[in-house]
Amino acid sequence: MTEELKTPLYDLHVELGAKMVPFAGYSMPVQYPLGIKGEHLHCRDQVGLFDVSHMGQLIIRGANVASALEKLIPVDLEALKPNQQTYAVLTSESGGILDDLIICKWDEETFFLVVNAACKEQDIAHLQSHLKGFEFEILEDQALLAVQGLKAAALMQELAPQACELTFMNGCHSEIDGMPIYITRSGYTGEDGFEISVANGQAEKLARLLLSYQQVEAIGLGARDSLRLEAGLCLYGHDMNTETSPIEASLIWSISKNRRSGGDKEAGFLGSARILNDIAEGVSRKRVGFLVEGRVPVREGAGIFDAEGNQVGEVTSGGFGPSINAPLAMGYVPASLAKTDTKLIARVRNKDIPITVAKTPFVPQRYFRG
Amino acid sequence: MVNMMSEMKFTKDHEWLLINGSQATVGITEFAQEQLGDVVFVELPEVGSEYDQGDEVAVIESVKAAGEIVAPLAGTVVDVNEELADNPELVNESPLQDGWFVKIQLKDGADLSELMTEEQYKEFTAD
Repeated sequence: MTEELKTPLYDLHVELGAKMVPFAGYSMPVQYPLGIKGEHLHCRDQVGLFDVSHMGQLIIRGANVASALEKLIPVDLEALKPNQQTYAVLTSESGGILDDLIICKWDEETFFLVVNAACKEQDIAHLQSHLKGFEFEILEDQALLAVQGLKAAALMQELAPQACELTFMNGCHSEIDGMPIYITRSGYTGEDGFEISVANGQAEKLARLLLSYQQVEAIGLGARDSLRLEAGLCLYGHDMNTETSPIEASLIWSISKNRRSGGDKEAGFLGSARILNDIAEGVSRKRVGFLVEGRVPVREGAGIFDAEGNQVGEVTSGGFGPSINAPLAMGYVPASLAKTDTKLIARVRNKDIPITVAKTPFVPQRYFRG
Repeated sequence: MVNMMSEMKFTKDHEWLLINGSQATVGITEFAQEQLGDVVFVELPEVGSEYDQGDEVAVIESVKAAGEIVAPLAGTVVDVNEELADNPELVNESPLQDGWFVKIQLKDGADLSELMTEEQYKEFTAD
């Protein structure tokens, strides 16, 4: 077994009393002494600091790089304004999802990407094999910190006021206490917040500065998962994978309108035949959210059944939502059973738990759209 | 709390027993609740159910994962902590007292020799 990698904040996590677990090849904090529930609620109500340095950060440069990337990503990248970013999926030849990512246009010839830790090597290999002649800069010397929560903007007003002028999914180069950063107004908790790319060598100093504010608590992977679940956001490798089309995964919103049939830049991306067909013809199964009756958490892998007891699907993410103070889940069901308020059954330890197809997000998103 | 622990016996499954005559109150240890994290649901057995040593008696769901309480000794459940239905967090807040799970009427001739004392359990968890 290869040794787990450490982020630049490893020592700080240990010092803060984190429980460290292996995650995507890294040793990462799953929780701190505050505990998952406390961390979750703190982030919604105050400010949470997340170490997401395990994620892959890279820059791709070259003339006409947007149109080259558009062959791999079903988004109108040319239409992004400088320093504007978007959530997107990296599609496969067969119309599945290789990864989900954030792609930010720095300028007409430069894009900055943040990809999942577990996928980064495959993603980079995939991008490089399709984007011959473009310059790749893998930012292994950059850490990534997320600052999320109701009071994140008020905090950033003191540290990097320029960032508070950003609206959701926009970024800028800035600095905090003399440390150069690239900061975007984004995150994966459903809250307003920021993601900050900073040099590895300055990451701990920045994290300690952020934690010196009493409203800031370090948040581990456990609460990160329950926060994103309540926000109705997908987790790659669980809620979608190489078999899932973005339409099945209910991610049609991530596909620019003009990349769909009839648009001025329709198709022309990997897997577009299947994906555009899925939009036109509909899909046989779809990802939906579920509210769960009672208190029993319904977790990944639980079977979903109809009233007659036929298995119709499976839970792909589930757990307990501290903010809604109830269990919640997401999973795949036949399109005919995907309507909101459809009553189904999840089976946990051979007991039938009533579940209801629910609108997501489960908590209101509080993104700052200006 | 220290005095109470000195009267308790402990298992390798991180459960405690407080034995009073032929009955034992069963719960999980401070170490176990810390490992589990915030408990959000407890599934308790019916009073009157019989269990062999090692059988699953109750299920604990935390924000992180599901865990189980196994019967530390064979016996019949004579009481369950109904409080846990509404306040599962008692398992975190007071694992050795208010967060108890079940009371078991032990079978005659129960073998207590495998159970650990407080000191032995502390050594066990120190590893």
